[in-house]
Amino acid sequence: MPHDHHDHDHLSPSGHPYRQDNDAPLTYFQRMEIAVRELLIEKGHLTPAEIATQIDAMDARSPANGAAVVARAWTDPEFKARLMDNAGDATREMGFDIGPLHLVAVENTADTHNMIVCTLCSCYPRNLLGLPPDWYKTRAYRSRAVREPRAVLREFGVELPQTTQIRVHDSTADMRYIVLPARPEGTDGMDAAALARLVTRDSMIGTGLALVPENT
Amino acid sequence: MGGHSAGPIPMESHDFALWEKRVDALMVLCGAKGLFTVDGLRRALEDMGEDAFEKYSYYDRWIAATNQNLVEAGVYSLEELGQRMEEIAKRGPTYGEAQE
Repeated sequence: MPHDHHDHDHLSPSGHPYRQDNDAPLTYFQRMEIAVRELLIEKGHLTPAEIATQIDAMDARSPANGAAVVARAWTDPEFKARLMDNAGDATREMGFDIGPLHLVAVENTADTHNMIVCTLCSCYPRNLLGLPPDWYKTRAYRSRAVREPRAVLREFGVELPQTTQIRVHDSTADMRYIVLPARPEGTDGMDAAALARLVTRDSMIGTGLALVPENT
Repeated sequence: MGGHSAGPIPMESHDFALWEKRVDALMVLCGAKGLFTVDGLRRALEDMGEDAFEKYSYYDRWIAATNQNLVEAGVYSLEELGQRMEEIAKRGPTYGEAQE
């Protein structure tokens, strides 16, 4: 691969800076990844196809999956009851392969706002929403979310009344949370597909709110 | 980590590189096949000490923890790993060229 003409534009199609990949000097840990992968394949524990399939499956997961779940909960009270009872089973019922993880939905109401964090590392409802955003894994978010959630929320542009109780849920390897955001005002006539477009990734982490429809 | 003071939350994001996606896939698949547990990964990550969180990237730490658990499980030896990493260094100067 030529390496001499990528120097002008370091943003990917999604607007993010490219991180070192195939065209930057090989790092120690990249060598370790190659070595571990080759050894696992040679010793018969994994096949290249399994690895490729797993990467595709992870890439296919996105916050749109969670948004569909939230929109259904907003429009289908019986589904919402099942979601609050056992979010893992309720999302599996919608056809999402969330694996063995135990998923718990926590509902935002008029007086309670929930947000999720993993103070230990990076546990996240990844099998529903895809991989966590980089900030979720940062020391700053993990440290401060449990100490000063209101200040953290303000950095995300969310200002809540002092009367709103904030509950911060610390995820573990076995227990992942997803926030069921409050349904915005002015959405009474909307169907689930239209509602799903109002559900952002951050609203399901609790660092955002569901969007308010523009034409109301 | 929870509860310590810290500065503003960095909002930058990046697209995952292929090698990062591969680390993620290896970790998930090895766990699914029972080669190690999430607890084992956590222990290896905690054993790295606090400064590893400053010096190394997220997936740097994850491949190191995955490797540690696989060596402990006897999947391959440290010698095998070291030899392979040396061979890989000779294949070429970039990640793309270092693939077999």
